[in-house]
Amino acid sequence: MSLRPPGSNDESIAMRPLIAIGFLLAIGVLLVAPAPMVMADSGRSAGPVIGERQVRRVLRSGFPALPAGWETRLVPDETMATCADIRGEVPKEIGERIKARERARIVYPQDGQFLGDWRRGEAIAQSGYGMRFTDTTAQRPNGGNCYACHQLSPDEVSYGTIGASLKGFGRIHKFRPEDARIAYEKIYNSQAIVACSMMPRFGANGILSIEQIKDLVALLMDPASPVNREEPAGGSASSAQPEPTQPAPLPQGKARP
Amino acid sequence: MRYRRHALSLSVRRLAGVAITVAWLAWGTMGALAAGPDEIDRGLEQFRQMMTADPWANPALLDADRGAALWRRRAGPRNVSLERCDLGKGPGVVDGAFAALPRYFRDAGRVMDTETRLIWCMEHLQGIPAAQLTETPHPASGQPVRDLGAITTWIASRSDGKSFGAPFRHPREKATLALGRELFFRRSGPFDFSCATCHGTENKRIRRQGLAMLIDPAEARKVVGEWPAYRVSSTHVMTLQHRLYDCFWQMRMPELKLGSELAVALTAYLVKQAEGGVIAAPGIKR
Repeated sequence: MSLRPPGSNDESIAMRPLIAIGFLLAIGVLLVAPAPMVMADSGRSAGPVIGERQVRRVLRSGFPALPAGWETRLVPDETMATCADIRGEVPKEIGERIKARERARIVYPQDGQFLGDWRRGEAIAQSGYGMRFTDTTAQRPNGGNCYACHQLSPDEVSYGTIGASLKGFGRIHKFRPEDARIAYEKIYNSQAIVACSMMPRFGANGILSIEQIKDLVALLMDPASPVNREEPAGGSASSAQPEPTQPAPLPQGKARP
Repeated sequence: MRYRRHALSLSVRRLAGVAITVAWLAWGTMGALAAGPDEIDRGLEQFRQMMTADPWANPALLDADRGAALWRRRAGPRNVSLERCDLGKGPGVVDGAFAALPRYFRDAGRVMDTETRLIWCMEHLQGIPAAQLTETPHPASGQPVRDLGAITTWIASRSDGKSFGAPFRHPREKATLALGRELFFRRSGPFDFSCATCHGTENKRIRRQGLAMLIDPAEARKVVGEWPAYRVSSTHVMTLQHRLYDCFWQMRMPELKLGSELAVALTAYLVKQAEGGVIAAPGIKR
């Protein structure tokens, strides 16, 4: 979908300092806020203790048609086993251990270049193809499905919000080479940057190749990438909108015959 | 719902309702696509309201009718109907049964949800091998829900308006619930996803689709009771186990076996989270 937001952003100029103060406060809150808190579900500690052996038995019987080599998918590695047990903020010591372990798994481009082709990057960001049980004879390269969770190019309105908005990412980071390297590391192994991040480890888990990750870094960091365009394609100022409005709640109590 | 007395007139009314809905949805989608982000959200909201405005326009009701007929029809090697099937409230009692599942069944020696119990009844009463029912259990896009799903849809509709109230008092029920909770948070596979990746945080979307925060009972109560639901995007009814199957596909996990302990445990967790929530089945979704 390539849709253009409307060109109306005629907020009073007098409001801008207030908006700026509000923005800084919001950043402050974000900096001190803990990792997304998982709310109390219905009493984890109250129930019987479930052992790893039982879980594995249930998974094996629940997934009887296991393609060759998929056994490892049923078992979390050390990092994921640790993260699954943590509800809320990751204790600092545990977090540092995870980040060090995962950082050691990052493989860097041999040519030392972090930016590939943003056009290929956009295609990778759009594609959700790969590694599903219907993809066992691979028809095309795996995708990163970045738009499922992130806003990137302003031309794409169908984006998710599980991850942060990355619109204007390179521009905001002043196209610094150091930030291109960090972006590469984050995509290659998100756990090296944020312990227990919800984001997949695209390089470390063999989802995307080094070249594909470089293409994604270019999508973020290339000045020519639509991600870094100052104005959306429609030529309006509405790219300044931080977030789309949430849909109105559904009317309650639907009538039933 | 009175299925028997006015069957013919109701079916005609339903078909007319379905046709009107399809026309409305097409019109609403075109409107949304011509707009900017705010208009898209408004358009999608309008789309959802159109889907639910006329309760008779839900195509899932046709599958519920089919399910009702299948329940009474003699079938299988033993040529008997399912009318002696015990869904937990005694042989043949359907009203309210869905609202009290999953539960432990002594005759089967395990905890079962509606779909799993139906497999058991079809195997033990009608003589249909379970493997035959679980081999390709879910419809492809555009195909109608399979017989098992149609019967499930009907059974669920007979708890419409009731609240989820499975007691989870039996030790085996408690163990199933604890297992489901454990599985909900377990992170594995090449994408490191757990159920909580998408359903553990407030107010998130995947692409343009809002996600239910299922670890929050208030939110679970709003959505779990809408399954089985007619999915406009795939034009068929999807049962809760089919929905879980699709989640695992997206999570890069293997094919979930219908009626497995894994499927029942996750269903138990969701139903417990939705405890007290009103069942509005069959639902209709984008």
